[in-house]
Amino acid sequence: MTTMNIIQAIGSALGHAMETDDRVVVLGEDVGKFGGVFRATLGLIERFGAERVIDTPLSEGGIIGAAIGMALYGMRPVAEIQFADFIFPGYDQIVSEMAKLRYRSGGHFTCPVVVRTPYGGGIRGGLYHSQSPESLFAHISGLKVVIPSTPHDAKGRLLACLEQDDPVIFMEPKRVYRAARGEVPDEAYTVPLGKAATVRDGRHVTVVAYGAMVHTALEAAELAAKDGLELEVIDVRTLVPLDVDTLVASAKKTGRVVIAHEAPRTCGYGAELSATIAEGAFLWLEAPIGRVTGLDTPFPHTLEHAYLPDASRIVAAARDAMEF
Amino acid sequence: MTGIAPVQPGVDPERYAVIDPETGAIAPGRAPSLTHRDYVSLYRWMRFLRAIDERMIVLQRQGRISFYGAATGQEAAVIGTGYVLAPGDWILPALREGGVALLRGYPFSAYVDQCFGNATDLEKGRQMPCHYGHRDVNYVTLSSNIATQLTQAVGVALAQKTTRSGGVAVGYIGDGGTSEADFHVALEFAARLHAPVVFVCQNNQWAISTGVGQQTRARSIAHKAHGYGLPGFAVDGNDVLACAEVMRHAVERARRGEGPSLIEALTYRIGAHSTSDDPTRYRDEAITEQWKQRDPIARFRRTLDHLGLWDDARDAALEAEHDARIRAEIQRAEAVGPPELETLFEDVYAEPTPLLREQQAALRRHLALS
Repeated sequence: MTTMNIIQAIGSALGHAMETDDRVVVLGEDVGKFGGVFRATLGLIERFGAERVIDTPLSEGGIIGAAIGMALYGMRPVAEIQFADFIFPGYDQIVSEMAKLRYRSGGHFTCPVVVRTPYGGGIRGGLYHSQSPESLFAHISGLKVVIPSTPHDAKGRLLACLEQDDPVIFMEPKRVYRAARGEVPDEAYTVPLGKAATVRDGRHVTVVAYGAMVHTALEAAELAAKDGLELEVIDVRTLVPLDVDTLVASAKKTGRVVIAHEAPRTCGYGAELSATIAEGAFLWLEAPIGRVTGLDTPFPHTLEHAYLPDASRIVAAARDAMEF
Repeated sequence: MTGIAPVQPGVDPERYAVIDPETGAIAPGRAPSLTHRDYVSLYRWMRFLRAIDERMIVLQRQGRISFYGAATGQEAAVIGTGYVLAPGDWILPALREGGVALLRGYPFSAYVDQCFGNATDLEKGRQMPCHYGHRDVNYVTLSSNIATQLTQAVGVALAQKTTRSGGVAVGYIGDGGTSEADFHVALEFAARLHAPVVFVCQNNQWAISTGVGQQTRARSIAHKAHGYGLPGFAVDGNDVLACAEVMRHAVERARRGEGPSLIEALTYRIGAHSTSDDPTRYRDEAITEQWKQRDPIARFRRTLDHLGLWDDARDAALEAEHDARIRAEIQRAEAVGPPELETLFEDVYAEPTPLLREQQAALRRHLALS
């Protein structure tokens, strides 16, 4: 066991994967000598060489397109998109190609690309270094969408992504890249996709979150506990495939649900979570499902603290549910 | 080599040609590295492709298939470039390279099944006609999006390079597709990463209703290679031997580790873009008539005649053979019927997600009740 942050856990996972599987290659802008702008690929080029750790020209479409080609041929490419905000030049490749190759070929071609990309606000990144576009990927059939919240989860889940045969959008919560620390096994291990985690038990209100917002939800639970309000916190962990059972079981237990995410409310992933929970636990619900989300505005710079959900907003939403 | 050279900046391209358009004679010093047996084979393939296209257009007009995009007039570019590839090479096609799939061993039965989208279609009836592909022949299943395949071709080439496979990737594109961002990115990536890839542009001069002159101010499509630091070759796309020879040159160059290149094969789209448009509304069909006079099959037939490799009797027999084969395959494929409803849910993921299984069960229940 070593204490690691999320960046180190991801680097550790990539190192394991590249060591044990020749098919794994890393490509992206600045991933080689520089080790990535967040340093997730630090040291890989020294260990595995420039043919497997590829510094590409500056084009997200090119990075993802090339990764798809490599995967078609039988490699296991891990493409880094520097910020999720910049992924859109590659969106066509993701939506039209990566997600659909298996289906359109009748299963004769597969496309096991992992696209890693940091997302989310709270780093004073303004409009273009802060967004949370997860629902734009969760909406696309053929993609898996994974968002870890802890170093242990990040390493185990990235390794799990590299062991399966579907394309994955692996979104990394950059606000807690270094802040979230924890014990991580030194050896390789996997955390299965499609399983949510109950990260805190509570009787009164279920708070559903993923990524950095899990930490905010835990903070809210501490805050609420001071007044005797018990929040149960669920970390969704994989948006696709979604672990409906864990969500519905918790909703049935507490009868009240609040969903928290950074992305704007309208058509955010919270809408899907809300509908899914309502379908599964309708008769158990004591209050409307609450959503604590980013605003339906572009992401601001100076006032980002007002845009981002914080613990107090989650607690307020939980109280609303209690008082409904 | 036989005088194949990249186009030069600021100079109109000299399009590489081998066959005299009038006489069919082979230009001195440009006899390609193909045998006479290859010549006959090339001719047979071009004729087969023409015959398939003609028949499929009729099927679409009769409402028996939903769509078709023919390569009529472009057979030399399709068959010539596809003919010289090795089994280990990979093809990432555009719309009009179905003939290359066949050349590589994609069964003609699969081709017709795909057009019908029937239960034996390898793609399970999921795509419009002309979206062929199969892993066994290293021909990546087409998507309808334009130019996305080119950056993927770079990726395939990089994988081939990394694994020392000795293979080359070929990305096909039309003239319109060279305006897409992915075309430019692919050239940039290929040159910078020294990928063993060959980009082949079938410049048929029309992107639906947009002529190539409205598409670009570049001197030629081949010239677009220059800014990215790779050679651009211009070839007479109605000359099957020239297409084969230039392609061989570019492919062998890539195979030797000398890097990527772009080939522009200038040809003409004799028919409509697809069965869903009407070229008389946007172009002067008198020019189409001129291009019909430059028909690549008739041109190569003169070469064969010239060399005493072919005659009218053999031609008639070939026509009858193709006709019978195509009719039989259509008759078979049309009788097969649609894929099972359950196939809708296959191949979205390696294993269906719980939510997909739920949707499948719900649909099954609904259909059982209705």
